[in-house]
Amino acid sequence: MATKDISSRLDENADMTQRGLLRRIHLDALLLVALLALCGFGLLVVYSAGDQDIIIVERQLTRLILAFGLMAAVAQVPPHLLRRWSFALYLFGVVMLIAVLLFGDVGKGAQRWLDLGIVRFQPSELLKLAVPMTVAWLLSERPLPPRLPWILLAVMLTLIPVLLIAKQPDLGTALLVVSAGVLVLFIAGLSWWTILGLGLTVSAIAPLAWLIMHDYQRARVLTFLNPESDPLGTGYHIIQSQIAIGSGGISGKGWLNGTQSHLEFLPERHTDFIFAVIGEEFGFAGILVLLALYFFIILRGLMITAHAHDRYGRLLAGGLTLVFFVYVFVNTGMVTGLLPVVGVPLPLISYGGTSMVTLLIGFGMIMSVETHKKKART
Amino acid sequence: MRLTSLEERQREQRLVATRAIVSAIIVLLGLLLLSLRLLHLQVDRHEHFTVLSKDNRVKIQPVPPARGLIFDAKGILLADNHPTFSLEITLEKVEDLAATIDELAQLVPIDANDRARFERLKRQRMRFQGVPIRLNLTPKEMARFAVNGHRFPGVDVRAELVRTYPLVEATAHVLGYVGRINEREMTQIDTSNYAGTHFIGKGGLEKAHEDVLHGRVGYQQVEVNARGRILRTLESTPPTPGQDVFLYLDMTLQRVAIDALGERRGAVVAIDPRNGGVLAMVSKPSYDPNLFVEGITQADYNALLHSPDKPLFDRAARGQYPPGSTVKPFVALGGLASGFTTARKTVFCSGSFSLPGQSHRFRCWRKGGHGTVNLERAIVESCDVYFYSLANQMGIDRLHGFLSQFGFGMRTGIDVAGELTGLLPSREWKQRVRRQSWYPGETLIVGIGQGSFLATPLQLAAATATMANRGYFIQPRLARASRFPGATKETPFPLVSHRVEVSDPHYWDSVISAMTQVVESPRGTAKRIRTPEYRIAGKTGTSQVFTIGQKQTYHESKISERMRDHALFIAFAPVEDPRIAVAVLVENGGHGGSDAAPVARRVMDAYLGGSTLIETPGATDADHESDGD
Repeated sequence: MATKDISSRLDENADMTQRGLLRRIHLDALLLVALLALCGFGLLVVYSAGDQDIIIVERQLTRLILAFGLMAAVAQVPPHLLRRWSFALYLFGVVMLIAVLLFGDVGKGAQRWLDLGIVRFQPSELLKLAVPMTVAWLLSERPLPPRLPWILLAVMLTLIPVLLIAKQPDLGTALLVVSAGVLVLFIAGLSWWTILGLGLTVSAIAPLAWLIMHDYQRARVLTFLNPESDPLGTGYHIIQSQIAIGSGGISGKGWLNGTQSHLEFLPERHTDFIFAVIGEEFGFAGILVLLALYFFIILRGLMITAHAHDRYGRLLAGGLTLVFFVYVFVNTGMVTGLLPVVGVPLPLISYGGTSMVTLLIGFGMIMSVETHKKKART
Repeated sequence: MRLTSLEERQREQRLVATRAIVSAIIVLLGLLLLSLRLLHLQVDRHEHFTVLSKDNRVKIQPVPPARGLIFDAKGILLADNHPTFSLEITLEKVEDLAATIDELAQLVPIDANDRARFERLKRQRMRFQGVPIRLNLTPKEMARFAVNGHRFPGVDVRAELVRTYPLVEATAHVLGYVGRINEREMTQIDTSNYAGTHFIGKGGLEKAHEDVLHGRVGYQQVEVNARGRILRTLESTPPTPGQDVFLYLDMTLQRVAIDALGERRGAVVAIDPRNGGVLAMVSKPSYDPNLFVEGITQADYNALLHSPDKPLFDRAARGQYPPGSTVKPFVALGGLASGFTTARKTVFCSGSFSLPGQSHRFRCWRKGGHGTVNLERAIVESCDVYFYSLANQMGIDRLHGFLSQFGFGMRTGIDVAGELTGLLPSREWKQRVRRQSWYPGETLIVGIGQGSFLATPLQLAAATATMANRGYFIQPRLARASRFPGATKETPFPLVSHRVEVSDPHYWDSVISAMTQVVESPRGTAKRIRTPEYRIAGKTGTSQVFTIGQKQTYHESKISERMRDHALFIAFAPVEDPRIAVAVLVENGGHGGSDAAPVARRVMDAYLGGSTLIETPGATDADHESDGD
């Protein structure tokens, strides 16, 4: 292909020499190294936050191995196959969501789980992948940027599962799913005017959202606005996590030495609030390193997006990469008190399996987009 | 898709690439915003959050000192600390109290008594202080609670040292007891020193020496988790334990006194005149002070309170009785000292005495009269007329002034809380209390220790010791010294004393010699306690009972017993070198010589090593001849 731009050519050269082996098994070396570094750091923090319980670390490690395995497996699937299965996966996911609302298990006051006898399954996780895949699939049928009817169709396809998830209620996942759909649209080149229009519509609808919110969701928003109003109730999380982070200072209290975390002042410290443990034990310096790592992963994802050879691959890789950033920003924003408390884990660090598996499968897809370029060309 | 032109594809790629770059910039801005926020939290406000973090995890906890122990003169333990475990509820932390107690009751037995005590202590508690719902948990019950404890926020097992009095009734009135601090006491103590302490001396020695026994509170900085559980101690200032207190009280003597009183109601106080140390201090009947430590049940308390024998009443320090003829040696000494009588001067006792120009006859206890009596005979035979005459000559002011020096009408200052003053009547007192002027006739009654004149057995013992010391008054003391546990150096309690001065020391000889004859003379009112082993100086007395039950003639047998006079006896021995002074009161005992004196003799025998007096059952009439008025 004579029209191929220089960077791709360089890329390809690099592929052939340095990353040849990994490239042949469809893994992206830069992403893989960064992801492994992030997850390795995550294990250290989980060990500290989980009161140095080696069993917790072992469980997390098991999940990581499984998730990396799935990532590698998904990376083998060429993007055109992913594209073909997108809508089917989406339909399956929506049906499952309806099933959850009808027969699901109640956990932590919300219906999220579907007990399939052998495994407990959380369909909303599936939608985190299915929605960007479907929107990418939809928009890849026509030249970019998309026209209004397609945009509206994409928004509709996004909102159906989002409303079902919000009804469970799981605000955090709903937020991630809606942003996945919207971000694919953004990557697709949605015009700035349309973005403005969507933004205005959302702000007009926001007061309506207040009306349909659950009491606990309203309480979260209210305590976000004024955490000190209820220091022992809902404001406790925010106050304690800020104390943890703030007392960490520049260099931190040292690994395993975080008093807030170890003395149980910090709630959910090895799951949603693990960022506060990092802030307390590793300080501002440690957090900068972590944020740099995240930025590197996102940057690599966006590079893959920019260099992808087919429309679907671009949209999917871009959407998944930006959702990853939304994960990071919503979680850290919540823990530092910039955003209201929404149940979103710190990606690839927080203890817990489902989100980690979903995220790494997503990275598998991004790698697939990157490593199947040749095949797509031939 | 494959139909799109090459140009279109390049345009699309540029569009997506642009969006990717815009996204990268947005991501970078987002992360920058986050970094600024973290800079603010971790650098600008680091100090602030460090303080909050310390506040969070470090709590200051008071460490209560162990209360000092109390030992008798020979090292016998009188008050001990016994470790117990109790289940406590902090009311401020419990939402539904009734439900919590009911649930607890399914775990450990909680009976009606426990609930009643809880209700009672609940009303007296301090804020945020646990109230015990169950005491003395068994190890099994503790284990059962430990497993289920998480279900009961605000309910804790507390280990604490609880006071016990191993000798039970024998030391009840002397030591008093400790009990839980109530709201009223909270206002009177240094609350920071009592942070963590639950018990305080409520009476007796425990209250009088509270400051010495309690010690000073210690503090520890502890690291706690969010649930308030202590994880480790960071820094601690250990408490200063309460000092052990060593008494003059000799349990051997105390027991002898208790046995000597037997089933009779009464009091015995024995003092070592050389140092004011209280060797024995008994009030009968007594009670079990251990019942009070953790809060007595209402039923038990009512039984004690309403018993006609008044076991809670400390007759030794709080019982105020007309001292009767036991004051005569002191009045006689006052007469000598003020020159209104001499050892030789005589008075004729016809059986009664009248003031000049008045018809009222003040009777001598012996109807036929004693005839001509001098000072010695007046004391030995307890002639009232002699003392009417002497008191009349001295006048109330001089009488009051002189007797005050022996401690009548005022607290002796003994280290037993709640001591009463007795009453030594005076012109001023009568004007103040009764708004009447003094009548000369009243002076005569004071002269024989009756009427409004009241003294406690303790005052009588202190006055007797002063007589034995020939005027050296030492404030009676139970506690000899205090000592920190484990230390060797004792801190003696200071002696407080003063002197009763008389112009001629021979006056003491005259009175003491007469008191010796009370025991040694064949006419002496206490001759039955004479012993060849050592010489005793003493004086009998009878105090009249003013009973309110005079109209209740129906319960004659019962009331007549209670209406009998109280028998009194004071003594010291050996006369030449006094080592013990004793005052004995037997309520409704009848006669000082026959009923009170033998008790004093047994106590002195025990102390001075004399052979125990054998009570002669077939006592003659002469033996029963004793004083009266």
